[in-house]
Amino acid sequence: MIYQDSKILLEVRGLCATVNNSEILKGIDLTIKSGEIHAIMGTNGSGKSTLAKVLAGHTDYEITGGTVDFEGKNLFDLEPEERARAGIFLGFQYPIEIPGVANNQFLRLAFNTAQVQQNKDELDPLEFDDLVREKMKLLEMNPDFLDRSVNENFSGGEKKRNEILQMSLLDPKIAILDETDSGLDIDALRIVSNGVNQLANKDNATILVTHYQRMLNYIVPDYVHVMESGRIVKTGGKQLALDLEKHGYDWVTIEKTAAVGA
Amino acid sequence: MSVGTDSKSLKGMLKGQSQLPISPLERINQLRSNAVNRVNALNLPTKHDEEWRFTDISPLTKISFQSAREASPLKDSDVEHFYLTEAVTRLVFIDGVYAPHLSTQIAEPFKKSGVVISSLAAASPENLATIESHLGYNTELQDNIFAALNTSFLHEGALIIVPQNISVEAPIHLLFIATQKEVSSHPRCLFIAEPNSSATVIEDYVTLREETYITNAVTEFVLADSAHVNHVRIQRDSKEAFHIANCSVSLAQNSNYQSVSIAFGARISRYNLNVLLKGEGAECTADGLALISNRQLADTHACIDHIKPHCTSHQLHKCIIDDAAHAVFNGKIIVRPDAQLTNSTQSNRNLLLTSKARIDTKPQLEIFADDVKCAHGATIGQLDNEEIFYLKSRGLSEVTARDLLTYAFGAEVIERIPVASLKLRLEQVVHKQTQRD
Repeated sequence: MIYQDSKILLEVRGLCATVNNSEILKGIDLTIKSGEIHAIMGTNGSGKSTLAKVLAGHTDYEITGGTVDFEGKNLFDLEPEERARAGIFLGFQYPIEIPGVANNQFLRLAFNTAQVQQNKDELDPLEFDDLVREKMKLLEMNPDFLDRSVNENFSGGEKKRNEILQMSLLDPKIAILDETDSGLDIDALRIVSNGVNQLANKDNATILVTHYQRMLNYIVPDYVHVMESGRIVKTGGKQLALDLEKHGYDWVTIEKTAAVGA
Repeated sequence: MSVGTDSKSLKGMLKGQSQLPISPLERINQLRSNAVNRVNALNLPTKHDEEWRFTDISPLTKISFQSAREASPLKDSDVEHFYLTEAVTRLVFIDGVYAPHLSTQIAEPFKKSGVVISSLAAASPENLATIESHLGYNTELQDNIFAALNTSFLHEGALIIVPQNISVEAPIHLLFIATQKEVSSHPRCLFIAEPNSSATVIEDYVTLREETYITNAVTEFVLADSAHVNHVRIQRDSKEAFHIANCSVSLAQNSNYQSVSIAFGARISRYNLNVLLKGEGAECTADGLALISNRQLADTHACIDHIKPHCTSHQLHKCIIDDAAHAVFNGKIIVRPDAQLTNSTQSNRNLLLTSKARIDTKPQLEIFADDVKCAHGATIGQLDNEEIFYLKSRGLSEVTARDLLTYAFGAEVIERIPVASLKLRLEQVVHKQTQRD
């Protein structure tokens, strides 16, 4: 939701990035304020997932230009784990499976790392168990998931719920959800969206990276940005997503070409 | 056949063999004398032998090992930290010698139903026929100089017989404790699972001292129709020791053999696992983990032989290799012409933690049937960057992320051990060994 007195959380200016010397981001400008929900849409290869990973600090990408300020600090001074501890969360499109590590062990390790960062007490396994079970209810997750290895043999929907569970435990300032809707059936989409909505408040912000409009039926964005060839080519309100769904991504390109030609 | 000079020390290990008491079992006496002849006829393998290409065992020829005559006088308090809470029945061997005072008897109801868990030497007359018909028949064991050496000393091993339709739920703990320097021990185990029986056995090699000694074990499993056996093998010998082991498994129709083998110890270890799927519908799982460092060498040779149709085998073997350690994996899968509809998977995954760590891996598939499903693969590498990034994106430091992933790599195998307290203990060992900070 857009608030009058909200502060700027993330300020992206002219961001350029390459992977293997190929330029993927070609000058991104984006301002995210607290309380807002942004949707970043675009075709495959438009650079939207790269933007998500660059913000989280993935080392495969080289920053070749521009700046990103996070709460007034240079984001690029921070390692990925420091960004996470400072409040940036990336929900993975393909969450990694870690056979051999119990989900509850992993969740508690991540949670306690954040607690230490915020000068709060670490939770012992029993205390944590109470907390995590409470959070799991929100996502209608079976407690069995605590004893299973992290994401191992989880269905697509279960993996995404596990991502949102991590988000709920880490309570980030900015959650970047990369194609969280992919691989979800209708029920899972509703549950995951409901979880995201409940976690959104006036002090944090959410960035939904998605190809399709359908998740936006459940999570209503304040802004919709359309990416193409490494740039944001159009920004609008929630109506933009509906127009895209109706006319396809070509419509933006044609409109842009028409605008340039005019 | 000539006697190679390199075999001298091994022949020297025969010293004391002639003083073994004559067994009441004619088969044992016969096996022993045949085995002595085999030891004298066979040469110690060298790196020129295909089966020993990557494993140089010459260091063991430089030491003169003697077999222990009697069990050293240990008390429960000396070794009870090795005991497992779940294991009600335990056979303890000290330097290869049976230690009845540290062992526990099988519970009375099981005894009444015919379950035998005892020293081979103490077998009662009614079991002699069973032993006669199952002991030492695997030819692989006859042609292997170490197995022959073990058979030369065949006397006291562990004997387990689970009769038809009996299920022994509590795991059986076979605890082999090394206590002395330059001692050779030849543990032997014969496990007979009669039709439709089930049991779990833990074969556990431990040490009280970081000394140089040699453990040379032979284990035989005979599973009758529809028998189900869990076999957990833990090798945590001294890091100065030599550990050679041969395990042969024979599987009848619809029987199921599930095994997890862990190697932490020994300067040089070699584990040969031979599984024969002899009856239709037999199933076998043979998982393994070697976690080694410094200059340790851990060699696993597995041969899974599908003889009959409709059998299944799964093998996951993992190695975590630190420092200048060296792991060897040779996984052979044979599918005989008759073994149609075989379903076999084999995966060998290796994690090298340093640039000096080394792995030699060789999957070998010999398939002579045409309607089979066989998948195999080997991977060698460092930790995956995507996995590290995933953990870092949750706030974990680089070091914590790496430690956790290394731990997880090993824990995936430990997890498959069906004995909770042992699993927990081994997880702690893996945890400790995979921490960098």
